Amino acid sequence: MKNLPRLLMVVAALGLLSLFIFPMWRITLLAPQYPDGVTMYIYINKLGGESSGTLQNVNILNHYVGMKKIDPDAIPELSYFPYIVIGLVVLGLGAAWSNNPRLFLAWGVLMVLVSMVGLYDFYLWEYDYGHNLSDTAPIKIEGQSYQPPLIGSAKILNFIAVSMPHTSGWLAGICILLSFVAAWVSFKKKKNESTEKYKLDTVPNLVD
Amino acid sequence: MKNHRILFNLALLLTSGLIFLSGCGDPSGSSGGSAGLLADNAASQVYVPPGEYDEFYGFFSGGFSGQLSVYGLPSGRLFKVIPVFSLDGEKGYGFNEETKPLLNTSHGFVPWDDAHHPELSQTGGTTDGRWIFINGNNTPRVARIDLTTFETAEIIEIPNSGGNHSSPFTTENSEYVVAGTRFGVPYPQKDVAINSYAENFRAMQTFISVDPENGEMDIAFQVLLPAFDFDLSHSGKGKSHGWTFFTSYNTENKHSLLEVAASQNDKDFIAAINWKKAEEYIKEGKFHEVPANYAHNVYNEKTHTATSTMKDKVKVLIPSECPGLVYFLPTPKSPHGVDVDPSGEYIVGNGKLSADLTVHSFSKMLKAIENKAFDAEIEGIPVLKFEEVVAGVVKEPGLGPLHTEFDGKGNAYTTFFISSEIVKWKLGTWEVVDRVPCYYSVGHLMIPGGDSKTPEGKYMVALNKITKDRYLPTGPEVCHSAQLYDISGEKMKLLLDFPTIGEPHYAQGIPADRIQSKSKKFYPIEENEHPYRAMGEKDARVERSGNIVHVYMTTIRSHFAPDNIEGIKVGDKVYFHVTNLEQDYDVPHGFAVMGANNAELLVMPGQTETFLWEPKKEGVFPFYCTDFCSALHQEMQGYIRVSNQNSNIALKWGLGEDETIQ
Ligand SMILES: [Cu+2]
Repeated sequence: MKNLPRLLMVVAALGLLSLFIFPMWRITLLAPQYPDGVTMYIYINKLGGESSGTLQNVNILNHYVGMKKIDPDAIPELSYFPYIVIGLVVLGLGAAWSNNPRLFLAWGVLMVLVSMVGLYDFYLWEYDYGHNLSDTAPIKIEGQSYQPPLIGSAKILNFIAVSMPHTSGWLAGICILLSFVAAWVSFKKKKNESTEKYKLDTVPNLVD
Repeated sequence: MKNHRILFNLALLLTSGLIFLSGCGDPSGSSGGSAGLLADNAASQVYVPPGEYDEFYGFFSGGFSGQLSVYGLPSGRLFKVIPVFSLDGEKGYGFNEETKPLLNTSHGFVPWDDAHHPELSQTGGTTDGRWIFINGNNTPRVARIDLTTFETAEIIEIPNSGGNHSSPFTTENSEYVVAGTRFGVPYPQKDVAINSYAENFRAMQTFISVDPENGEMDIAFQVLLPAFDFDLSHSGKGKSHGWTFFTSYNTENKHSLLEVAASQNDKDFIAAINWKKAEEYIKEGKFHEVPANYAHNVYNEKTHTATSTMKDKVKVLIPSECPGLVYFLPTPKSPHGVDVDPSGEYIVGNGKLSADLTVHSFSKMLKAIENKAFDAEIEGIPVLKFEEVVAGVVKEPGLGPLHTEFDGKGNAYTTFFISSEIVKWKLGTWEVVDRVPCYYSVGHLMIPGGDSKTPEGKYMVALNKITKDRYLPTGPEVCHSAQLYDISGEKMKLLLDFPTIGEPHYAQGIPADRIQSKSKKFYPIEENEHPYRAMGEKDARVERSGNIVHVYMTTIRSHFAPDNIEGIKVGDKVYFHVTNLEQDYDVPHGFAVMGANNAELLVMPGQTETFLWEPKKEGVFPFYCTDFCSALHQEMQGYIRVSNQNSNIALKWGLGEDETIQ
């Protein structure tokens, strides 16, 4: 039990590696003729879908309204974000090694900041895809944007677009929580330890 | 589903009540009302609400349409018509370069046949939903249809045969599907006087092995029998696994006016062939390897192309040299179907000109063989004593029995063509327990799994030859029909009748879940190994060598690449190899060119298909997508320019104004 905060911090840091295994976000397009929906998964380092053809299918749908082709090679974040995640894992492990609750807290706050930057970046991409439309689009609707929601659902023409964190997105959130819990338990423990020290110091005196 | 049913029943009750109330207020209407309720009850039993699925797949042969149609049961909704021994302009089947080899035979390209009996593959005596086989009667062939794609995957020609009717019934684990011959033919085939029939003609029974991994067929061996007309067959199951039974008529050995000449003998034969014994004889080398010439055609799902290979020999077993291989069971009179009950003990000989229905016992047959209870011998084949093999007789059940299936609950159901009815009787006691009329002249019947070890005794389908006044008339030619009965209770109950494609001789049914989840949605493009594929628009191009032009074309919503082609000349042979780049469910693209002496292509996602076009005139000809694929489908079109033979216009192709692919 003594090592609990430290352990939590290790779990929080290593838990980030799930970003390399599971998608962190998903966008699902729903329409009557797509009974199962068209679901795109966003990983830390790639874009995927329910089948090998999903990205192509999304691009086919998008091209009617002149949206740009979603090309993973044209999204630099997919190639450098993994390094940021690895850096965060290393920092987290370092904080765990130091066993300093202040560093646990600092890591958690850093994670929140990085997540916010990431979400803002995601929003910018969504904005770009949704607004930056080709002049020669076959279907043009005055004033219509095709930007999917950052989180939640929205109606876009005949589709309902649902955007939600996915497995590793939720897990990353849990990692942040864990780091705060680790900091909190550790602070509390330190406080208890100091009072206990006092008790330990005084008790023998009483016995005497 | 259940709740929906109940709600629907309630709704029907209410509406029928309302109609009754508002109808007339005449109390005599109540009888009409109750008849209406009965009909409503049947309606609710076959009603599958929109968006819900049928409980069973039904596969109905198309007979002289050469096709196999796929229905849902109990709704009777038609899902697909699979071309097998036919040309199908809709799918380009038999027209495109990839499927033409499937219809190759030793007689060349034979684009039609008479497809009678679908038979599902089995594992352990139960239908497994992997493949369905069907015979071509006229130019003897057996086809295998893959039930992940619902497409014809293979066709093998049967040598030394004429009229492949008693086919392609399976053994318990689809070790074999069989092919008997309805017409004796000279063996070996040669120029002889027809009246030398008894001397020169023979009837070869064929055992086609089925590869348990990929379903590929091969002619394992043939058994040479006297030239009787072998009509139908079924393989044993359970205790009789290892045997196959073939009915015969024309044991009179006649070759003219058979309707009289072949109906004289009181008893004809069921030939019982011990195929496990045959395997031993083959292993011992007791076969004759005889020259033959037959086509084996296999469709490859990776290259999306069929290849036809000619084979030149076959192994023949001669019963007189192979004791214990074949026995004849005397059976009255010109038996048509031969059906083995789920236990494998009872062998029903449906003697179509007999007043009674004869049932043989497999265990009595084994005993009779052991005791050598023989009446005679024909070409080295012992004829067993009738009394020693018969298990029982269903007395005067009806007129013209043809086929029997089983419900797995101890009951048998036999069709009677002449008296146009189905009779339900009990195995063992041979008593008739129920009968229902058919509209009209029923041939085969089908219970899902009804010829396997594990029938699903819930529904029964009658396949009728004549409909006359059953539907709105459509000129001299009217449809054949299927009738669906509920057989879950003591009494058979007519639920529905629906028109069918061609002439459904036989059908097979299977619980939907054995197939449904394995059904392919598209072909992964990365697995496409077609030699003329284009894996993306970057690969799209046109190549010429001499007067042969290959167009590597792609489709994706909503354009062809390339869609403008110039430099084609009169007299060229232009092959359009169209690859559908889509990777989504239910997005085929079509392709058609003006003036092509051909059909369209209908290319499934991930597939490549080839279309031959031989332009005969100068000009500019449009081509377009024929399958409404998207909102911009009408824009999915292109042009091909054809110039004079001596012109020096260079090959040129492109897509979009500033995106010339070239
Ligand atoms: Cu199209």
